[in-house]
Amino acid sequence: MACTVHVASPLREYTRGAASVHARGHTLEALLADLDRRYPGIRFRMVDEQQRIRRHIRIFVGTQETHDLRQAIAPRQPVHLICALSGG
Amino acid sequence: MATTTLWIGTRKGAFALRADARRRRWSLRGPQFLGHIIHHIVQDPREPRTLLMAARTGHLGPTVYRSVDRGREWREAPSPPAFRAAKAGEPARAVERVFWLTPGHAQHPGEWYAGSSPAGLFRSQDGGSSWSPVAGFNDHPMFPQWAPGLKTPDGELLHSILVDPRDPKHLYLAISVGGVFESVDGGGDWAPLNEGVAADFLPDPNAAYGHDPHCVVQHPLQPDRLYQQNHCGIYRLDRPAKRWQRIGRAMPARIGDVGFPIVTHPRDPHTAWVLPMDGTKAWPRTSVAGKPAVYQTHNGGTTWRRRDRGLPRASAWHTVLRQAMCHDGQPRLGLYFGTTGGEVWASTDAGESWRCIAQRLPEIYCLSAARH
Repeated sequence: MACTVHVASPLREYTRGAASVHARGHTLEALLADLDRRYPGIRFRMVDEQQRIRRHIRIFVGTQETHDLRQAIAPRQPVHLICALSGG
Repeated sequence: MATTTLWIGTRKGAFALRADARRRRWSLRGPQFLGHIIHHIVQDPREPRTLLMAARTGHLGPTVYRSVDRGREWREAPSPPAFRAAKAGEPARAVERVFWLTPGHAQHPGEWYAGSSPAGLFRSQDGGSSWSPVAGFNDHPMFPQWAPGLKTPDGELLHSILVDPRDPKHLYLAISVGGVFESVDGGGDWAPLNEGVAADFLPDPNAAYGHDPHCVVQHPLQPDRLYQQNHCGIYRLDRPAKRWQRIGRAMPARIGDVGFPIVTHPRDPHTAWVLPMDGTKAWPRTSVAGKPAVYQTHNGGTTWRRRDRGLPRASAWHTVLRQAMCHDGQPRLGLYFGTTGGEVWASTDAGESWRCIAQRLPEIYCLSAARH
């Protein structure tokens, strides 16, 4: 079952401008892998080579923020990919 | 005659200044990648239509873009520089910024090197599309001592990757802070090369590594000659000697010999230029006394001459970063520098006189000349 992924504006160069897209996965890891298949390169901008979510990326599954790629995703549960940075 | 384009990487995007045939008029293009942090833009001398760009944003991880049409269109590397997955008990290193790009040897088309922060060396053999860590350096048994992960503001920066034009296996690199290192086997093994270089911030005046090279250049026609602008002075090294000579001692004492960039004349190994900055007290890193000047040597650093005609006479607190000064290789040599205040200054008489050719750009991180 595909879920809706809401994409922050800095990442939309990968989604051809789309603010929300669909991807499949029962875990955040699987969902990001599917997202990267559809939009190559998007995952590495959010998750580093040690499989850590980058410092200025916040990921919400439903309304709960998660830092764990093993986080389960329920069918139809929305995912928000948010870029958070302070400063000029 | 080839025309010159200056590629400008800034904290907020990439710009290009294109010269007319006489380099009197410059037209500004851009921004491209507005809002992206651009650390380096480099033309491929083996394939001049190709450019590589090292970029990231405040939010997103680091990457590399490639253009094969002189910078009109850019495509992201499918596999940007990244460390290998950490084994149990190892520090989990992740590239925070791709800081430096160097084209490989002329005999190895498609080969590129990249330096990162935290310090890491990476190589591509397909024109910059896919990158692999250079294990001989990143996993060297001494790496934890050479690059212990100092928490300087931008982390340890790996830069000044030099490929000997006579031998693709002979490489140099520099880490700020860490020192200069050399490999003679294509990156399989490395050794420090810092003898004679001061490290005033270390307790051991004879430390083998831990120095702070800001910029190292190799003369293309006399590759045994290296120049180094260090946090602690200006140096020259003529291989096979291993001891750097502090040629900055000949600079005026009131100016000092601290700076970020150093540029050598592409056809004269005895000529080089530096842009001194204030390295006193709190290290403001601005032009000394607010009066920017380029200093030039014609004799390998025995003497230096001030070159400031056309530059502001006062109240110009420029900072020029290590990648932000370059030449254009033209017969009548053009020299250029970009400031953190968003100005680009040009000299088309090899540094004799200067004029401002762009203002009000974002903070300039890098400047490089491309010839088309």
